[in-house]
Amino acid sequence: MSSIQDIQDQIIEEFAILGDDKESTIYYIMELGGQLPKFPEEERLEENIIKGCQSKVWLTTREEDDRIQYLADSNTDITKGLISLLIRVLSGRTPQEILKADLDFIDKIGMGNIIGSQRSNGLSAMIKQMKLYALAYQAKQNV
Amino acid sequence: MPLNIEKIRKMFPVLHQEVNGKPLIYFDNAATTQKPQSVLDSLTGYYEHDNSNIHRGAHTLADRATRHYEETREGVKNFINANESAEIIFTKGTTESINLVASSFGRKFITKGDEVIISTLEHHSNIVPWQMLCEEKEAILKVIPINDKGEILLDEFENLLTEKTKIVSIVHVSNALGTINPVKEIIKKAHQIGAKVLLDGAQSTNHLDIDVQDLDCDFLAFSAHKLYGPTGLGILYGKRSLLEIMPPYQGGGEMIKEVTFAKTTYNEIPFKFEAGTPNIADVIAFQKALDFISSLGKSNIKRHEDELLDHANNSFGQINGFVPVGTAAEKVSVISFNINGMHPFDVGVMLDANGIAVRTGHHCTQPLMQRLGLEGTVRASFSVYNTKSEIDQMAVSLAKIAKIKNK
Ligand SMILES: Cc1ncc(COP(=O)(O)O)c(C=O)c1O
Repeated sequence: MSSIQDIQDQIIEEFAILGDDKESTIYYIMELGGQLPKFPEEERLEENIIKGCQSKVWLTTREEDDRIQYLADSNTDITKGLISLLIRVLSGRTPQEILKADLDFIDKIGMGNIIGSQRSNGLSAMIKQMKLYALAYQAKQNV
Repeated sequence: MPLNIEKIRKMFPVLHQEVNGKPLIYFDNAATTQKPQSVLDSLTGYYEHDNSNIHRGAHTLADRATRHYEETREGVKNFINANESAEIIFTKGTTESINLVASSFGRKFITKGDEVIISTLEHHSNIVPWQMLCEEKEAILKVIPINDKGEILLDEFENLLTEKTKIVSIVHVSNALGTINPVKEIIKKAHQIGAKVLLDGAQSTNHLDIDVQDLDCDFLAFSAHKLYGPTGLGILYGKRSLLEIMPPYQGGGEMIKEVTFAKTTYNEIPFKFEAGTPNIADVIAFQKALDFISSLGKSNIKRHEDELLDHANNSFGQINGFVPVGTAAEKVSVISFNINGMHPFDVGVMLDANGIAVRTGHHCTQPLMQRLGLEGTVRASFSVYNTKSEIDQMAVSLAKIAKIKNK
């Protein structure tokens, strides 16, 4: 499996191809959202909604071989696209890797400009929640 | 007389820019309108030549600033045809104007078991102040229902009115849907049982001719920034007979006649309600916005905006997946809609990528959205400087966006 950094570099490259054209960038993000695996309906619970996002975001996890699998969904396609990027980078990794990860691709692809400041706050809230899950799993694995 | 829109557009510097590589199309006028050069010049001119505190200094600058400030009060009085300029109070916005009435009128005249009536169409700023008041006073908040087109049900309103009703606070024009409410009827009915009426005029004062004496409303609240004027300035009109018997809203300078540690006597209206140094520059500049409106003529503005609304209804209506929200018979130039299968947020972001500014979301009317069973809408709202060709461009972008989910 490629490293977190390798995947971030891939994403940066993909977005570089799209260039400055905001419209095609957004279409691309929405397309990514469309490829997000289906969210388990029984997990669509109030307690799985991430606070701080303008649009609704559900996030839950599974543990497989000491690695975290993230499952997420949103009611907006753009947000789904953003989540799918985060999942591509972080899912299937150990809690330690996730906690250490410096997600510099977000700044490097100029995400703030693409999605605006409100959505950027939402994106930060998602990352925080993903790292909190990692922290919880780490604590559990250490006992 | 048809307006020369190209000439009008030249008065608004902000319109002439590119956004995301496309010429800006500004369709978020219900949130706030752009400001003509004359308003901008007045703002800088005030600070360059006249800046001083009003109603106090005995010097020339203070005198000049005071005169200009009071001229705007006169201008606003004429704009809504109030009986006298003392009935015009400057606040920081519609929100503060409503809060002023809720806390001052409410504190004095509303007691346990009394009733306040609002409607399903209200903006949060005409809901929350009344909820707070009712909670404090153990009064009852009643809500007039609407039909699926977004129109108030007058019969239901009559059923809600009782001898316990102290005030009816109602939006004149809905910001989310554009519905024009039959406020004259509502005022008449409310007065018959002795209730007072506050009109939230945030969205009506810029589109409709307003004559408070003819309407006979007791209060009218509106914001300068939705009327080509500066932000941070609002107006509360109130009938003298009421303003005089209402207690002050805030205490401080300006609003007093005499202060001793034992007792303070209050100034006359309107000063009783304008504690502290007011928003002098913006008040003075607002007169230029009123001049701009009267130079065009409200009926000419309305005609142009109505044409834009018709045009948008026709051209957006042909787009596969376009679902209009709010189809009242009487509307201003606001078009709220959804695209089948798409979140309004996503539609807004994609329109923005095309240089088109619209509002998306619940428009500070969450109870209305709940009533309509929607999470939100996309709202395009047109102003005098907008053109049919801008609407055509939006229709092209929208058709492309809608195609993603409506093949
Ligand atoms: C109908 C209505 N009422 C009240 C307000 C609040 O106005 P302000 O934010 O200027 O106080 C608005 C503004 O969006 C509005 O549209």
